[in-house]
Amino acid sequence: MTLSELSPGLSCRIKKIRVRGLVGQRLLDMGLFPGTLVLVVRNAPLVDPVELKIDDQYLSIRHLEARGIEVDLI
Amino acid sequence: MSDRTRIALAGQPNTGKSTIFNLLTGTRQFVANYPGVTVEKKSGYFQHQDHKFELVDLPGTYSMTSYSLEERVARDFLLEEKPALTINVVDAANLKRNLYFTFQLLEMGLPMMLILNMMDVVKKQGVEIDLEEISRQLEVPVVAAVGSKGRGKEDILDAITAEDNPVNSFRINYGPMESYLVKLEINLAAAEKLAAFCSPRWLAVKLMEGDSEALNLLKRFHPLASALEVEVEELRRCFESDEDETPEGFIAMQRHQRATEIEKAAVLRKSLPKNRESLTSRIDKIACHRFFGPLLLLGIVYLLYELAIVQGYNITNYTWPLLAKFRQIVDNLLPASGFIDESHLRGLALWIVDSVNGLLNYIPIFFILFALIAVIEDVGYMPRVAFILDRVFRRFGLHGQSALPLILSGAIVGGCAVPGIMACKGIADEKARFATILICPLMNCLAKTPFYLLLIGIYFPEHKTTAFLFISTITIFIALPVAKVLTLTVLKGKESAPFVMEMPRYHLPTLRGVLLRAWERVWLYVKKITSIVVAVAVVVYILLQFPGLSAEREIHFQAEVSRVLTKFQTQVEKQGFAEQLPSDQYLPLMQYWKDYKNASVAAGGNKERKKAINQNFKEKNSLYYGFLKPKGNQPAKKINRDVRKLLSTQKRLRREIKQDKISNSFLGRIGRAMEPVTKWAGFNWRINVALLSCLAAKESAVATLGALYEPPETGTAIDNTLEKRMAGVESGMTPLHALAIILFMALYPPCLATMIMIKLQTGSWKWMLFSLVIPITMGVAISTIIFSGGSALGLNGWQAMAVFYVVAVIITLLTALIKDHEIPDYMR
Repeated sequence: MTLSELSPGLSCRIKKIRVRGLVGQRLLDMGLFPGTLVLVVRNAPLVDPVELKIDDQYLSIRHLEARGIEVDLI
Repeated sequence: MSDRTRIALAGQPNTGKSTIFNLLTGTRQFVANYPGVTVEKKSGYFQHQDHKFELVDLPGTYSMTSYSLEERVARDFLLEEKPALTINVVDAANLKRNLYFTFQLLEMGLPMMLILNMMDVVKKQGVEIDLEEISRQLEVPVVAAVGSKGRGKEDILDAITAEDNPVNSFRINYGPMESYLVKLEINLAAAEKLAAFCSPRWLAVKLMEGDSEALNLLKRFHPLASALEVEVEELRRCFESDEDETPEGFIAMQRHQRATEIEKAAVLRKSLPKNRESLTSRIDKIACHRFFGPLLLLGIVYLLYELAIVQGYNITNYTWPLLAKFRQIVDNLLPASGFIDESHLRGLALWIVDSVNGLLNYIPIFFILFALIAVIEDVGYMPRVAFILDRVFRRFGLHGQSALPLILSGAIVGGCAVPGIMACKGIADEKARFATILICPLMNCLAKTPFYLLLIGIYFPEHKTTAFLFISTITIFIALPVAKVLTLTVLKGKESAPFVMEMPRYHLPTLRGVLLRAWERVWLYVKKITSIVVAVAVVVYILLQFPGLSAEREIHFQAEVSRVLTKFQTQVEKQGFAEQLPSDQYLPLMQYWKDYKNASVAAGGNKERKKAINQNFKEKNSLYYGFLKPKGNQPAKKINRDVRKLLSTQKRLRREIKQDKISNSFLGRIGRAMEPVTKWAGFNWRINVALLSCLAAKESAVATLGALYEPPETGTAIDNTLEKRMAGVESGMTPLHALAIILFMALYPPCLATMIMIKLQTGSWKWMLFSLVIPITMGVAISTIIFSGGSALGLNGWQAMAVFYVVAVIITLLTALIKDHEIPDYMR
């Protein structure tokens, strides 16, 4: 499944990042690697983007980008 | 310059880099752009123990790749300028992710030191950081600081001036990639010029990352670049198939791994955290909440408007007299004017002062606005705004961060495009940033308001509120489709950044930081705007004043003048003042009269001051004072009456001359020449002139109309408001005309100040001119459609307004549905 499908409150572990290029690099820079633990915090008022928590840090990405991140639910 | 040691300040966003910058440099800061790009370059000077330093603030970036402009700029600066020292500011509370960036700097092989900033946050979290351990692992000096509270300055300065900042030899072990790297490194080190320019190890890593700029460096310095390029491709492919991981992904992971190790070794949690939710997280429960989030945003926008625009406007009531005083001073310095003729020196000087004053008048508003924006930025609320609104704006090719610039420009109630465009700087996505910059001027600028009020007052008097609501909301329905069209066409090739946005911790801003930034931006406005406005004011003046009156009219006016002066002289002689008041005293007397009037108006209802003024004027000239306050002296009373008559005649003649001059002027002729075309949009030559003259500043529109619609003869109409005069002269105009004019004005080209801002923010004259062409074309098209279309269909102003509104909303909704090619290449 992809990160985009998770509802707020769920946690997951990143399996594979299929996103390449600029977006892929940005995700890497922000600490999104295979193996990273991610908590889905909330969706924006109009559903997109989505806010994530990694370690102690919060960041938001669009669902479009989240669709390129494969995860395992935990 | 030569004796100053140059130091670079690098770091990720939200690390408090600017607080460290302010801490070190104080107010000795200079803002410029990096050569050839629109990225702001801030530098400042400081001194310590006889050493002089120049500190350059690099753009804050999360990484050092070549994907974004900011990253390229920062990297080029480090490579080309080779600063003596690079200070890396690190958010101590977010050590791991920050070290990821630190490694990339270290790999460049530059002399470095680390500042662990925000140590107070760390302490509050019950965490202790072993600075020595970090310093040992990274092989660079490490200093602790709290930039926002001014703590750590001495330590930083001591570390900077410490004798040696040796080139570090820090390396990350890339494990299975090492063999690839070594191979490349040996090859690169062999090229002498290249090895002298940058670290071969660093370039090897960059090449494996597939960095495009690294390839350019190769081409620039390596004799066998193309062969090596092929080899790099091959190595990258090999690695990916061997390790089942992209090289860049692998490199990032290794860095992350190493950062985790260092964090484990250096960070000691004394108390167990996470029992309590962080403050930021608790605030965001409301600030990003589905209902409360937008509500809070609305509240903040309202506050911003109320404090800056409304209260700022009130402050201008107090600052305007200062500007008026300045005008008065200039006025007094200039040669006095004659009865009707005024030297061009005088006319031009006052015209320039008026133009500049008109813009300086906004400074209180801007200062408050800029300060409040700085607060919102420093607190960390901006990313939340983007989070809440991104979905809406994205539909139109914009970005969540486009919201604030548009609001400032007047999307809701009226604002100013200058601060709006300035606020565009924060938009990460270049495409969206350009689109936002280009539609900011389409919002409702405050200076247009008097013009709207004038036309609404005449042509839509029974539904003023509805008409005003129409104007203030229609612009957004025009701007959004325009933004969409622009991003799909001319802006197609611009860089588009992904929406991967940090939601930083909330911070209390520092007063100093906020004021400094507000001042910096106001100063930029004053500096850039006034100089150019002066230049354009001169051009507009010439266009409005020349070629001047025709010889025939000149004679007519002169004859009129000698007639009234002779009449006055007769009266003076008749009342027996001929000796005391020779004819060369008439003009000074009139000036005295006017000065007195001005002074007593300025005094308002204050009796004390009035008394003082009376005393003052009495001392200045007791003879004149006798005419001014005749007090039962019958002959003086007669003179008093005639002076007043003389003054009103002078006023009338001057007005007529002004009218004649404008009508005969170059601008007047252009306005007439345009009439055959603009009549389809419902504009006559007077409107054309008014619209042309407000290129310099929109405030001129009403003033010019005021001059054009002066009543032709004194008498009955003199006390009428401009509304009534205009309605009288333009009896042929209908609400449909007015609607066409209003819509044209709503879209009308950005004023000069805005255009200069566009030039500054886009870095090109081309975009500035473009920002002039779009609104003019659209304005002409829309008002022609409204007027000609409306006339053909027999619609009245109200019906046309309603139809246009509905059409605009429908177009907006339709453009929202057009898909930008949204599935990008990375989804392969």
